[in-house]
Amino acid sequence: MPEHLPLFYVFNFYLFGLVAIVSALLFVTRKSPVTAALWLVNTMFSLAALYVMLDAQFIGAMQVLVYAGAIMVVFLFVIMLLNLGHPSELADARGRGWQMAAALVGLALLAEIFALSRAQSPESLELPAGYAAREIMATGAITPVAGPLFNEYLLAFEVTSILLLAAVVGAVVLGKRRSGDAR
Amino acid sequence: MNFNLAIPTQLTIALGPDLLLMFGAMVLLLFAAWRPESARHQRSVGVWSLVLTVLTLNATIWYLYRGNTAGPGPIAVDNFRWMADIIILLGAGCTIALSIDDNERKGIHAGESHVLVLLAASGMMLLVAARDMMIVFLGIEVMSISIYCLAGINRRSARGAEGALKYFLLGAFSTAFLLYGIALVYGATGATNLSVIGERIVSLHMLKSPILLIGMALMLVGFGFKVSTVPFHMWAPDVYDGSPSPITGFMAATVKAAAFVAFLRIWLEAFPAAAPSWHLAVAGLAAATMVIGNAIGLAQRNVKRMLAYSSIGHAGYLLVAIAASSELGASAMLFYLLAYSLATFAAFGIITVLEGETDKPLTLDDFAGLWTVRPWLAVGMTVAMLSLMGFPIFGGAGFMAKWYVLQAALQAPLPQVKLAVVLVLTTVISAGYYLYMVMVMFMRPRGEGIAAPRATPPLTRVVIVGAIALVIYLGVNPNWTTRAALAGTPVLSRAPLPVVAYPTGVPAGR
Repeated sequence: MPEHLPLFYVFNFYLFGLVAIVSALLFVTRKSPVTAALWLVNTMFSLAALYVMLDAQFIGAMQVLVYAGAIMVVFLFVIMLLNLGHPSELADARGRGWQMAAALVGLALLAEIFALSRAQSPESLELPAGYAAREIMATGAITPVAGPLFNEYLLAFEVTSILLLAAVVGAVVLGKRRSGDAR
Repeated sequence: MNFNLAIPTQLTIALGPDLLLMFGAMVLLLFAAWRPESARHQRSVGVWSLVLTVLTLNATIWYLYRGNTAGPGPIAVDNFRWMADIIILLGAGCTIALSIDDNERKGIHAGESHVLVLLAASGMMLLVAARDMMIVFLGIEVMSISIYCLAGINRRSARGAEGALKYFLLGAFSTAFLLYGIALVYGATGATNLSVIGERIVSLHMLKSPILLIGMALMLVGFGFKVSTVPFHMWAPDVYDGSPSPITGFMAATVKAAAFVAFLRIWLEAFPAAAPSWHLAVAGLAAATMVIGNAIGLAQRNVKRMLAYSSIGHAGYLLVAIAASSELGASAMLFYLLAYSLATFAAFGIITVLEGETDKPLTLDDFAGLWTVRPWLAVGMTVAMLSLMGFPIFGGAGFMAKWYVLQAALQAPLPQVKLAVVLVLTTVISAGYYLYMVMVMFMRPRGEGIAAPRATPPLTRVVIVGAIALVIYLGVNPNWTTRAALAGTPVLSRAPLPVVAYPTGVPAGR
């Protein structure tokens, strides 16, 4: 962390960073799926705060809306619908070997992050200093996302609504209970 | 008119038939939900869906004759697209017509099932129009999600539920492959537009780039799943067997057609320069698919499973057209898809009639002695089988279709002699089950406990007779279709096209 950052910034970085790491650890160690999922929500919120500190406010907001909001709600719905909420009924099928393997993968990812943060990226990929901040001042954080979405990919954006419609219709047709159905 | 697709109005006009179908499907969805479910309402939703399909078909043919073109953009405006749309809409029409009767018999009162067919068809129309990976992906998803639901539409059938779940899980899995492939290709070239990818592969010297090669390989796997080529075909027999027969026909013919058209467009527009890298893979898939699909088909007694393996074999023949990677290959593929769709719908129409009240799968025993009880059904099934096999004259368009694919393989820039040999040999293998079916219908006595088939419902009869008539007509007079298909193959020039090497009329021996 460079020296010239204000104390407030540094404090928040460590605060949210620690919260994210601790929540993530709790997420993988809790036995109850619901508790684990709620810790994951906590991780997502902290990551969103870190995104905002990186001047990526839009991604931060999306992180909260999409991950902490929509995806986690789906997780919890599935857990509750399938009635998986009781830790006693969940035999931990993963043996020691799998746990070791998961730990190794995690360590490998950590090593990769360290290696990447030290590596010199090629000149052509480096942005000039302060470029992102100036761009955000000039155009706002959302324009670079909204521009392509509503110009170049407008058709794809509109077709997505058809996709969702098809999924909703299909789910209702299959899920609706009818007289004379089996079960 | 030459559309400028950057202007939303012109993009909208260029999407005319697609939008008509989508809008109509939404109106019909409201109509379906408006009244309580009943057999009568199911039928009226179905009939209006048929009307909508015919309207869209007319619009498509009108667009075909206008000869519009378009500049660069997310969708293509060419005859290749309109011809593929015609195949898709014919397939959707046949499916809806067969489903109306089939749903009524099985007591499925959900009128929304027809709307799902329409939504699937609109996804396919987008897919065959797509010139942008994003649209390709969305088209595939709109199509697939509707089809997953249709596969399980009969809630009373345990086999249906099994097939639908299998299809859904494996389909989602294959979509992940496809999407990962698209992402890697985007990573390599920085573009999602097919023609831009094609240009950048050359201008950025990406031919040997591992990212591009892995991306292409993953996309090949994704499409391989969708069109059920051999190492990725395991789902097809179970899913085809479990789904209601009209939907099986839709999956075997129309879904395959749409996926193949997009497959060909991507491979010829985005990756033509990389042909040396993918050619061997596609040719290998084609050979394996033809041999294994047809060989396992020989061992089937369950008729729907037999047709599933036959459709896997046909995926192999169609891959030969892609391996040819030429204009001729593209037009041969369109004609093949048309002939194959018609024959498949005729066969599945007859299967729908013969299916009993129970969930029991239809076996060859149910076809034994069909000639003695329902001679016209036996004749229709014979034409469908001969057409799928590619038998001259009596098989109608099936023979011409195989002939064109053979021609395309032999006249390709890189002649595919080995693939052509495999194609002919596996056609001989396939005769083992197609002709056996014919033999069973005409020469075996009717089994003791097997009831006579019920009367053919009127709409089903229209589909069977129409499909058979078209198959035979196209066998005698294939020129209109081939000319229209040739005039609009993607990529390449708009130069006057070679006259297809075979004369009209009665073909001589092979």
